[in-house]
Amino acid sequence: MGSNLLEIHNLHTHFVTERGVIPAVDGVDLIIRKGEIVGVVGESGCGKSVTSLSVMRLLPQPPGKYAGGEIRFKGEELIKAREKRMKQIRGNEISMIFQEPMTSLNPLLTIGEQIIETLRVHMPIGKKDATNRAIEMLKKVGIARAESIVRSYPHQLSGGMRQRVMIAIALCCEPELLIADEPTTALDVTIQAQILDLMKKLNRDMGTAIMMITHDLGVVAEICERVVVMYAGKVVEEGAVRDIFANPRHPYTQGLIRSIPKMDEEQSRLYSIPGQVPKPGSITEGCRFAPRCEHVMDICKSKLPELISGANPAHRSRCWLNTTQEVAN
Amino acid sequence: MSASILQDKQETLLEVEELCTYFPIRSGVMQRESGQVKAVDGVSFQVRRGESFGIVGESGCGKSTTGRSLLRLIEPTAGKVRFDGKDITGMESGSLRTLRRDMQMIFQDPFASLNPRHRISKILEEPLIVHGIGKAAQRRERVAKVLETVGLSAWQLERYPHQFSGGQRQRIAIARALMLEPKLIVADEPVSALDVSIQSQILNLMQDLREQMGLTYVFIAHDLSVVKHFCERVAVMYLGRIVELGDKRSLYGQPKHPYTQALLSSVPSPNPGAVSERIILQGEVPSPANAPAGCVFHTRCPQAMDICRQERPVLKSVSQGHQTACHLYS
Repeated sequence: MGSNLLEIHNLHTHFVTERGVIPAVDGVDLIIRKGEIVGVVGESGCGKSVTSLSVMRLLPQPPGKYAGGEIRFKGEELIKAREKRMKQIRGNEISMIFQEPMTSLNPLLTIGEQIIETLRVHMPIGKKDATNRAIEMLKKVGIARAESIVRSYPHQLSGGMRQRVMIAIALCCEPELLIADEPTTALDVTIQAQILDLMKKLNRDMGTAIMMITHDLGVVAEICERVVVMYAGKVVEEGAVRDIFANPRHPYTQGLIRSIPKMDEEQSRLYSIPGQVPKPGSITEGCRFAPRCEHVMDICKSKLPELISGANPAHRSRCWLNTTQEVAN
Repeated sequence: MSASILQDKQETLLEVEELCTYFPIRSGVMQRESGQVKAVDGVSFQVRRGESFGIVGESGCGKSTTGRSLLRLIEPTAGKVRFDGKDITGMESGSLRTLRRDMQMIFQDPFASLNPRHRISKILEEPLIVHGIGKAAQRRERVAKVLETVGLSAWQLERYPHQFSGGQRQRIAIARALMLEPKLIVADEPVSALDVSIQSQILNLMQDLREQMGLTYVFIAHDLSVVKHFCERVAVMYLGRIVELGDKRSLYGQPKHPYTQALLSSVPSPNPGAVSERIILQGEVPSPANAPAGCVFHTRCPQAMDICRQERPVLKSVSQGHQTACHLYS
């Protein structure tokens, strides 16, 4: 396991508010190996974005609070790292792109200035070399007329182009890990296909590992090798994409896969998970999914199951159904 | 399904003929009109009573403007919309208001479409008051009944919108649309702001309501798999025009227009084993203020010919119940 790039162990990230403590991330374990693409899926409020912001240490404190656990990047503990060290890591070793590229670009600076800024913060490079590198980077992310785009402002570009620029900024220092938080959600399908294609290609060519945060199982199936499913601040299932889609073990994952309309089959009625996504912190005992689960048993309401594997050690799930089945077998 | 419903299905409820909605571009100190954005440019289709008619396309293709122009929430520039035999494009505001009882709309964002200062009871009662229907007691009874139909309970009536989740809010928006027992509901991206597990609940609810109340839907969405699930017939729009229209089986099974083919192949399949022949379109959608001449898709079309740059193709039948506007088939 020497090739683990990022290791998150038992991470607890809380928000301290007037109404009490909200455990947005409630004991998450997650590993990303060098060069792999890992999907983190879940619905709103499951803690997937807070997990990624915790890695970057981008949560304002207060109200955010790292209440326990550790985040190791190439063996180095990030939660306790000094802010000066985090500044070296951000954008250089770990980069992040967000859903809405318009709000993450500075509207007053040209595209070129924004790429050059990132480069010059992290490496000793002259202005001229940096400009050349910026143009080269824009070409790499598939922007035609890169020489003139360098001089344009974000509002002059379309949504797809802006996201390409964001990717160019994120990758200009050749980070080992790229965290992409819903990078294609705001884009049209034909543009989404272009961006996913680009991310796959950059992963292959530059060896950048990608943590892909999304709610779209189609995107996961498309580009990820492994997937982590989150629900109410906890990981409920993880494994290879192929295994999880073919043989989901947790009732939540099963429900999620069954609820999406499929292009290649006809269903007269969609399956739907009853009830609603719980507010973070509203369920504190037992399995977080128990109130919505079809297979709920007595033990589910009182005791939280562990994240354990069955016959396949790489496929783990957090469900009493799976443990009792194995005990029975 | 009984024979009478099948018969009803053949009957046209909504007829749209060469609908155009242009927005002026103003510039300079005098704000003189210097151009036009042709958001909807010559769109024709028919919706049968009791069916779900889907309109798909990417952002800026004019699908939402089409939806709003149908109800004259945006005034169309030209063309005709006939609803239930009546021409609504030339109608005066008084008779239009009466007719709007039969045509309702559901919007994408249930956070923005419900007044945050009003209780649910008021939000739902308002359409009845506006149209002068019933006495107070009768109105309250109807509000409670409709709320139950959409899967909420009467004890939630005195709450405010912010006390509900996104899915519940969309149920309230649906309840409001149902208050006047409409014949047609135009639903503009009704599930795209919702989580996956909630999305399927709302789609099932809308499907149930259609059967119970004999509703007809115009369902506008960008999500091709949702539209395929929900609708019987689908129109694909690109840059203000319908490029293909047909029964969903034939349209999704044998897409004819190169744009439809690319669009369908771009949808990521939630099936990791599926090997898809992906057509990745180059470039971006041109600006509707300056649409290309001829076929609007020719600038990105992998199969563009000379004629495509000069002559605008018209919708032509390619097989039973399936039309496309493409020179490859003429």
